[in-house]
Amino acid sequence: MTIRADVSLVRPRPKLLRAFGREANFGDLAFRRITALVAGSVIVLLLWMAWEMGLASKLSLAHFGLGFITSTNWDPVRDQYGGLPFIYGTVVSSLVALFIAVPISIGIAIYLSELANPKLRTPMGFLVELLAAVPSVVYGLWGIFALAPWLRETVEPLLEKTLGFLPIFQGPHQGFGMLAGGIILAIMITPTISSVSREVLRAVPAALREGAIGLGATRWEVVRVAVLPYAKSGLVGAIILGLGRALGETMAITMLIGNRSEISISLFKPSYTMASVIANEFTEATGELYLSALAEVGLLLFGVTVALNIFARLLVWRVGKLPEGGRL
Amino acid sequence: MSLAESVASRGTLSTYTHRKLVDRVVRGLCVLGTVIAIIPLFSVLWYVLVRGIGGINLDFFTELPKPVGEVGGGMGNAVLGTLKLVALAGLFGIPPGVLAGVYLAEFGNTKFGSAVRFAADVMSGVPSITVGLFVYSLVVVTTKHFSAMAGGIALAILMLPMVTRTTEELLKLVPESLREAALGLGVPKWRATLRIMLRTALPGIAVGIMLSVARVAGETAPLLFTAFSNRFWSTGVNEPTASLSVNIYTNAVSPYEDWHRQAWAAALVLLLTVLVLNISARFLVRTRVRAR
Repeated sequence: MTIRADVSLVRPRPKLLRAFGREANFGDLAFRRITALVAGSVIVLLLWMAWEMGLASKLSLAHFGLGFITSTNWDPVRDQYGGLPFIYGTVVSSLVALFIAVPISIGIAIYLSELANPKLRTPMGFLVELLAAVPSVVYGLWGIFALAPWLRETVEPLLEKTLGFLPIFQGPHQGFGMLAGGIILAIMITPTISSVSREVLRAVPAALREGAIGLGATRWEVVRVAVLPYAKSGLVGAIILGLGRALGETMAITMLIGNRSEISISLFKPSYTMASVIANEFTEATGELYLSALAEVGLLLFGVTVALNIFARLLVWRVGKLPEGGRL
Repeated sequence: MSLAESVASRGTLSTYTHRKLVDRVVRGLCVLGTVIAIIPLFSVLWYVLVRGIGGINLDFFTELPKPVGEVGGGMGNAVLGTLKLVALAGLFGIPPGVLAGVYLAEFGNTKFGSAVRFAADVMSGVPSITVGLFVYSLVVVTTKHFSAMAGGIALAILMLPMVTRTTEELLKLVPESLREAALGLGVPKWRATLRIMLRTALPGIAVGIMLSVARVAGETAPLLFTAFSNRFWSTGVNEPTASLSVNIYTNAVSPYEDWHRQAWAAALVLLLTVLVLNISARFLVRTRVRAR
């Protein structure tokens, strides 16, 4: 049966409104348009940020070109700016963080979604989430007065004694440095990775688990053969989201990494990250080129984290859409 | 090796005990990982409590910081500054966030809706320091001075995606039958959305907003070059203002013993606020779920 609007008993819509949209009256139309406008502002804001930072770093982009990311010479006195030490520090500290945080976070996600006693699940999950609630600067404070001394007195001597043949564990024990920065980042990204991983694992269809259980699998085998293969790409997405957080994290790592723009293989040595150099030098920067160079560091950071986020969201989002048993 | 192989081809008792053992070990490792992850939380809580409790007194909330060398003083200006910044962030961040969330929940099944949702998710992953840079070149450069207003705007930008997504999620939880009942009574769609749907979801949205307030209250990086800091009381929204988080940073990296004491006290105040907001949000959500 077809419904013909023009012969209905309901008052027909004015032509103008029909032309404007699907709404029945002016209030609905206005409501839809206003909320759409505000929602669109989220997109506009994101693009605007990219534009504004590009504009701010125009001078440095034109002056140094690609050399900016390959030069190690950061010398405000001579107005020479090369960002490689910061890029190196950011990447390596984030990798150290991932190295520590990924096994732990995936373990947490598996424990909380597959293995834990339901009574323990909620409180443990909440405690892990609280890790994310502690402000970054408080982690930094704790890092300066608790973590760094502990690393200096206990962990670094121990690492040098047992794994000292590796060049990454050689050097003076200072507490502050790449290792401290990586550890504090690991603590801060663990809740991110584990909560997204938990969501991913939750999206795995129950039928897969039941099938494995029916074949006589133990709990771990269920996870290994049924859950993890299905969730793999989503877990990669979760890890990349964690990486994105680690790259952009500012306060805690600024307080712990030592802030010296040197490239050194040793994890005990101080380093510098992109976010830290902005935090430390931006308010004191004089001269347009200096400000512009710092803005370019910000632009790089922005670009990389946005790209990582887009990639990771796509991966996570796809797990929910997979056909049952499907693999990517 | 696939499960079928490990079960069928080697179905002897010893493989069975082996498999049981592996299961136990892996479970143990997962529990261990969870415990290791939680240790820093308790360590942070312990340190902040023990070192901060001594610095908490009335002076902390009412006095200005003393110059270097003089003992005493407080962070009254920073407490007030943080409140001011969070209020500004809420003022600029919550209304657009809620409206955008309403759009996503009501009309979001379009390409445009997905784009907005995606942009909000990506925005919540943008480093907060780059938001600070953005607001610096947008507000501070234009007005030629640091201000509480600029800090509030930076925090609002951080709040916006969080509020948007929470509002959307919670509106989607409201049963459609409520809307249908309202529409059946001849209520226009927009009024049904605002008066019935949004109102029903409001307590949940309020909890989500509480969580985003807790998150931005501790933000430091975007304030460094927007709200800046201030050794004195700031009046209005056009002056640079002190905040607890920035003060913790500057005090912690300073060489003065007495400043460190103040930093721990400030961290205790900040951490307690954040934890209270988080725990009460959790509690509110649970009681509401039970009531249903």
